Amino acid sequence: MKEFFRRNKKSFAPVQREGESQIPDNLWAKCPACRELIYQKQLTDSLKVCPKCSHHLRLVPHEWLGLLDHGSFVEHDADLWPADPLGFVSPKEAYADKLRLTQEKLGQADAVISGLGTIDGRRLALAICDFSFIGGSMGSVYGEKMTRAAERAAELELPLLTINGSGGARMQEGVISLMQMAKISMALTRLAAVQQPHIALLVDPCFGGVLASYPSVADIIIAEPGANIGFAGSRVVSQTIGGKMPAKHQTAEYMFEHGFVDMVTPRADLRATLSRLLTLYGAQTNAGLPRLDARLIEQEVRAGG
Amino acid sequence: MTTSDTSTETLTAWDRVQLARNVQRPHTLDMVRGLCEHFVELHGDRRFGDDAAIVGGMATLQGRTVMIVGHQKGRNARENVQRHFGMPRPEGYRKALRLFRHAEKFGFPLLCFIDTPGADPERESEERGQANAIAECIMAMTNLRVPIIATVIGEGGSGGALAIGVADRMLMMENAIYSVISPEGCASILWRDAAKAPDAARAMRITAADVHELGIADAVIAEPAGGAHTDIAAAVESAALVIREHLEQLTGDEIATTLACRYQKYRAIGRFHERQQALLGVQAGEPLPFVV
Ligand SMILES: [Zn+2]
Repeated sequence: MKEFFRRNKKSFAPVQREGESQIPDNLWAKCPACRELIYQKQLTDSLKVCPKCSHHLRLVPHEWLGLLDHGSFVEHDADLWPADPLGFVSPKEAYADKLRLTQEKLGQADAVISGLGTIDGRRLALAICDFSFIGGSMGSVYGEKMTRAAERAAELELPLLTINGSGGARMQEGVISLMQMAKISMALTRLAAVQQPHIALLVDPCFGGVLASYPSVADIIIAEPGANIGFAGSRVVSQTIGGKMPAKHQTAEYMFEHGFVDMVTPRADLRATLSRLLTLYGAQTNAGLPRLDARLIEQEVRAGG
Repeated sequence: MTTSDTSTETLTAWDRVQLARNVQRPHTLDMVRGLCEHFVELHGDRRFGDDAAIVGGMATLQGRTVMIVGHQKGRNARENVQRHFGMPRPEGYRKALRLFRHAEKFGFPLLCFIDTPGADPERESEERGQANAIAECIMAMTNLRVPIIATVIGEGGSGGALAIGVADRMLMMENAIYSVISPEGCASILWRDAAKAPDAARAMRITAADVHELGIADAVIAEPAGGAHTDIAAAVESAALVIREHLEQLTGDEIATTLACRYQKYRAIGRFHERQQALLGVQAGEPLPFVV
């Protein structure tokens, strides 16, 4: 396992930015799964996969950029800033204050980073959730950035990669947050119309309204080993039916067994897998096959079936 | 927009939640009976089973065939066990999806009625792909080539509601609610006390008037004084008037126009700043007025 990481680390070296790592910036870190102390450098070299138990630690967006060719990422829509459309206040805190404090702590505006980059020289659009920003929850900025990423991919005729780690909709934006599920789905119809793939990566944790919309209808769905993935968060379940969901029923492996994801791919293999997929989709375009309206194909398939 | 009845204007958000959940309210099949003729109910998802929490079928409305899909709650404990309290399982959403495609194939306008606490969250539903079933429905509605009118007649519970709620017109009964999470769920997280649900209901702005003001509901349908359950026939007639009017408008348009408007309608939902503009005190991304 270790050799494997070493072999791959050049092509997938997480870009670390000071103060963004979940692991304290000192010599030793503790694996949240097996509680073993790990030499910090070893953890960084292994893309934050525990060398003792193979637990995949959470990455923040800037670390995910290590998937791309070095220096290829160009960020878009970084100036989108969350509003407080409902003037939402609970005794725990006002939403406006929570936003400001989280922005100050993380140094970013909201829970999605998006832009363009390359993998082995092949261009793609990507949008990455940040679970550390209010649980990666989907509010207006999240929805707008995902939508623009999909529209940009469609316009430039590029594949779209979404990396999805989110607790679900952002309840402080009420029904506006719910509607982002529809808004992003709308934009993905444009990507389908130019026959470019949406590849969704499900990472720990991916729940609720995020899972129940665009990632679950992606052309390719990849999950990370051990990731917690499910429709109903345990809190929702206990509210509704008075019981806790056994965790083992909401994992990447369980989703795979039941046919809802194409593959469970260890982080060390991810870049190579994406590169191969991009080649396969690119190959079809290069062969000069006639480009049919995706909608017509869909209807023909349906009529034929 | 139909004007609200003055006698209910002083109700709190929590009062509306109680009215929205009242089992005596008109449910989808009551709407169908009052609104349409010649209803033929269709059953089953052709994959697993038939979910009684979602009903659907064809009927005639103003001489035109329409497809109906709606959540169905029961009137009493026995009915609600059969209807699973209007909480669909994946086979319910896959039945809905089948009927959406059926409507598209034959060019029948689609009328959806929303009335659910949410999609069923149990393990068996996860196992059969609840998230996938909901996502497929939402995706299908984004570019379904027939006009769609969705009416929230009671509870609009989160993704389980939106799965049959992506539409050209979003209407809400006066005492209906539409919420991203139940008030109890929100309260248990942000108030750390489910009993604070009335506060959460107010903060999330879930009433028909709120959702209309936020630019997400296109119209609010007046209910009889005291709520829809006090006079089902009058409530259904009130809804029928508004639904017929919107259907008339939509069927007059080319489908390409309808689809372009549907895209813009959802594209415009969201409120945020662009930083440069925020400094100047200008808010970008305000929802645009709905194109009619
Ligand atoms: Zn470990």
